[in-house]
Amino acid sequence: MAATATAAEDILGTAASWKAEGRGVALATVTLTWGSSPRPVGSQLVVDQNGNMMGSVSGGCIEGAVVREAVEAIRDGKPRMLDFGVTDEQAWDVGLACGGKVQVFVERVG
Amino acid sequence: MKLETLQAVQAARENRRAVVLAKRIADGAEALVYGDAADGELAAHADVVAAARAALASGRSDTIDTSIGKVFLHAYVPPPRLIVVGAVHIAQALVPMAAMAGLDVIVIDPRRAFAADYRFPNVTVIQDWPDEAMERLKPDNTTAVVTLTHDPKLDDPALEVALRSDAAYVGSLGSRRTHEKRKARLLEAGITEAQFARIHGPVGLNIGAKSPAEIAISILAEIIQTRAALTEPAERKVRAA
Repeated sequence: MAATATAAEDILGTAASWKAEGRGVALATVTLTWGSSPRPVGSQLVVDQNGNMMGSVSGGCIEGAVVREAVEAIRDGKPRMLDFGVTDEQAWDVGLACGGKVQVFVERVG
Repeated sequence: MKLETLQAVQAARENRRAVVLAKRIADGAEALVYGDAADGELAAHADVVAAARAALASGRSDTIDTSIGKVFLHAYVPPPRLIVVGAVHIAQALVPMAAMAGLDVIVIDPRRAFAADYRFPNVTVIQDWPDEAMERLKPDNTTAVVTLTHDPKLDDPALEVALRSDAAYVGSLGSRRTHEKRKARLLEAGITEAQFARIHGPVGLNIGAKSPAEIAISILAEIIQTRAALTEPAERKVRAA
């Protein structure tokens, strides 16, 4: 059986149905990890323009910051790459307590 | 991400068709790469498509350097399947737990009162003879099969199909004594000792499970353990050392 980030929660399905309801929607995706990181590459978080979210890109450590960027991405339409990790300036703020590093790509849907 | 791209990925997942979404990080330009086709802005770049095909085979997502810059390859491969034979009380606990764990669950039972859809929301329920339904489903090496009916008329034919397939996990509910009787019947039916030995019986990890929910947890844990041993042998060896 393939090891993969399976969609226990259907994040893309949620993105599509939120979009169909007329909401602004962004997807955040883990694109790279180093060291111990709680969620594998490919894990996704879907966010709407009001900051509602489903899924995860960490164990809850960085979702707050990712949601803020996602709401911005919905507004300006620009994709962005976010870096989180202990060596970041953000470490004290929203860094990963586990000591890992993770890169998250955030983009608007549609 | 374009809405059409999202819809195409969803369509592929619904049809259990593997697809890789290749995305250039600099600008979000995309391609969808299947085993036999590639569409989208990046589809003209042979090295991107070749790397995407490799990700399609391995099922692993990754960010890579290409001739057109950094590209994220997001592999969407069909989730492993669980075929549950017997729409019984334990199945009612096992099915939602397995779905939550990311398995694509199918329930088979020819008895209408058991196979009622309302007992198993959001999963496929097939009201048919287990062997006929299983022949159609063709268990592969990403499929787990569990028989729960306690009835040899239903369990045995399902096990025969499972044991002659590449199924990654085969489990069958029943005590040690029941399992010995099952062995005699299946060997009589032409199953070899080696094939029979693939059955996990008594089914599930031995955690002292008693209630239907506890038994479901022990079965699901055994399926997860089997899958992990297949897909990450090196990693697990290191951890065990």
